[in-house]
Amino acid sequence: MNNTKRAKELEEIILKHSSPAGRILSILEEIQEREGYLSKESLKYISKRLNIPLADLYSLVTFYSFFNLERGGKHTITVCMGTACYVKGAPKIIEELERRLGIKEGETTSDGIFTIKSARCFGACSMAPVVRINERIYGYVFPESLPSLLKLYGWKEK
Amino acid sequence: MKIRSLEDLEEIAHRGIQKIKGEKIRIAVGLGTCGIATGADYVYTYFENAIKDLTERVFLTKVGCFGYCSEEPLVKVTIPGKPLTILSKVNPEETEEILRAVLSGEIPDKKALCKIEEWNHITEYMVYGKGLANIPSYSDLPFFRGQLKLVLRNAGLINPEDLEEYIAIGGYKSLHKALNMKPEEVIEEVKRAGLRGRGGAGFPTGLKWEITAKNESDEKYVICNADEGDPGAYMNRNELESDPHAVIEGMIIGGYAIGAKEGIIYIRAEYPLAIKRIETAIKQAREYGLLGENIFGSNFSFDIKIVKGAGAFVCGEETAMIASIEGKTGRPRPRPPFPAEKGLWGKPTSINNVETWCNIPIILAMGGERFSKVGKENNAGTKVFSLVGEVKRIGLVEVPLGTKLKTIVHDIGGGSPSGLKVKAVQIGGPSGGCIPEEGFDTPIDYESLRDLGTIMGSGGMVVMSEKTSMVETALFFIGFTSEESCGKCTPCREGLKQMLHILHKILSRRGSEEDLKLLEELSMTIQTTSLCGLGKTAPNPVLTTLRYFREEYEGLINDGKD
Ligand SMILES: Cc1cc2nc3c(=O)[nH]c(=O)nc-3n(C[C@H](O)[C@H](O)[C@H](O)COP(=O)(O)O)c2cc1C
Repeated sequence: MNNTKRAKELEEIILKHSSPAGRILSILEEIQEREGYLSKESLKYISKRLNIPLADLYSLVTFYSFFNLERGGKHTITVCMGTACYVKGAPKIIEELERRLGIKEGETTSDGIFTIKSARCFGACSMAPVVRINERIYGYVFPESLPSLLKLYGWKEK
Repeated sequence: MKIRSLEDLEEIAHRGIQKIKGEKIRIAVGLGTCGIATGADYVYTYFENAIKDLTERVFLTKVGCFGYCSEEPLVKVTIPGKPLTILSKVNPEETEEILRAVLSGEIPDKKALCKIEEWNHITEYMVYGKGLANIPSYSDLPFFRGQLKLVLRNAGLINPEDLEEYIAIGGYKSLHKALNMKPEEVIEEVKRAGLRGRGGAGFPTGLKWEITAKNESDEKYVICNADEGDPGAYMNRNELESDPHAVIEGMIIGGYAIGAKEGIIYIRAEYPLAIKRIETAIKQAREYGLLGENIFGSNFSFDIKIVKGAGAFVCGEETAMIASIEGKTGRPRPRPPFPAEKGLWGKPTSINNVETWCNIPIILAMGGERFSKVGKENNAGTKVFSLVGEVKRIGLVEVPLGTKLKTIVHDIGGGSPSGLKVKAVQIGGPSGGCIPEEGFDTPIDYESLRDLGTIMGSGGMVVMSEKTSMVETALFFIGFTSEESCGKCTPCREGLKQMLHILHKILSRRGSEEDLKLLEELSMTIQTTSLCGLGKTAPNPVLTTLRYFREEYEGLINDGKD
């Protein structure tokens, strides 16, 4: 993204969130929604524009687990690690995903397709264990059912 | 149109009733997060395609979640004059057959879970019709018998994206009533009801409002705590997804009572559907003049803003939440001053849980006196629990406070699905504890749970069978709180890390009796010296498992000795 285009987009976002309550969080969330992550350039721009030291902004975004400072893969697979999912075997799902995709939690495959993450709880405990791929939540996911699920997103078994 | 009077409300109610039980057949697909995860959105699309040429006869709509999650996807069918029927585990492929039956005035028996002949929405009484003798009644099902739906009275029955349906079941009548009372009288009513905060600590809501109201200030705020951080708890998500207007109505009444013009809903980012539904509901309420200037033609003006959380458990704590809304890192600060004195932007603020807000329209409709009779002395009303884990019937369960734990786990939940013995129930999330089977005779109220070493929390109830290791469970929670500790207090930040280390050591069979003592000592220190509830309660999962399942720790230690 070139700088003038970025500036225009960021100004739009800043303008949209003008009331003080939750302002900075909302701005950062919307930037991440549009860019997929929080780039250094965007953070620098916001810092200058809203007069918040970059260090403070950095402390803010690293405090909240929702923000990413790096670009993720095309598909983000998030494994729920809530209590119900944990009791029903969520750690095994992460292990199996890591094995199948050859990456660790928090990493992205070298082709830029998949990122593995874990989450605290989606509140879909009734169909534990639960996995979310991008925006869609899948219930009753077990290690054996992962290959067919991944295939829906273009994964090929080697 | 802007609603200005009771007559306006009734006119809209009339339109809403036509949708709920009008002349057309109503097919309502349960589209909460749980429903969608089991494919209810496909069921909806299939119906949508199938009724394209039948819209004169069939009214297809979306509703929220009825709470019986293990039977999802749920579809509610109402044939005029007959009971409302709930169909369960509906596949997209079955929609055509269902439609064919329904058009000829029949309900496919084998898909029917139960029927509802009449329903008490508290704010309105709905009579559907009698008949369908071979379908069991709602109250005959073990999952529903013993439940009392006050907070969940509308969930799964009305369209959460349609204000007219909420008004049809008596919505916003409580607000009208409140606006015709003095603010002090509204507070008095909530005090008389004996409602205690549903966010965990159980502080009397009326008293909190009174303190906030009495503090002089040009500006005041109400906040709805929708951060629902406890893993294993999802009642707030469902309340927002299925009946968002109840939350909004509660907040407007609260704003009027304490003298606030602005409300904020702080909701976690992990709940995209709940965010969407509450956004829609706020927009509609504004269009109808229920939010904004001069509500119901009165002098009272009030509006609500949504703030999305960004994935930090500690932001559920009230002072951390306020810091987060103000754009700071969400770290708790010492109290006093309490938010009721110095809250958002330093102004008096009443912060309440989603379910607390949901109870407000009910209290106004029933009257505080009658509400206080529900439940148990000093523990008035109901509580919604999410019954999950190793239990046969999974879902959201609403019972009067004082109901016994075994009623929920065994009678409503049906015990373990696998034939394995139920060993414990984890209540209260990371701040709570594990209660063993011997404790299932305990009535669920704030004090009894505290005596068992746990807390009510937000209502997560995770059932564990004999195959679940209690030491691993303790490790899971300490891992959680140690990661979510904001790092401000040393005992919480460092102490939890040490506890985690010791638990790992015990699980890898390298532990000793000394380690158990050390765990207890560390727990004491963390509990007594942490600033906020996170640290104060974080050792509970370890302390309760040590208290009730010490032999599991000892077993691992002895294993290592051989
Ligand atoms: C670490 C921590 C997390 C909390 N998380 C929540 C939460 O997710 N939802 C909630 O309503 N209250 C939560 N609370 C309690 C709030 O601080 C506050 O007591 C509550 O919102 C008051 O509302 P109530 O009186 O209606 O219960 C949390 C407290 C602590 C210490």
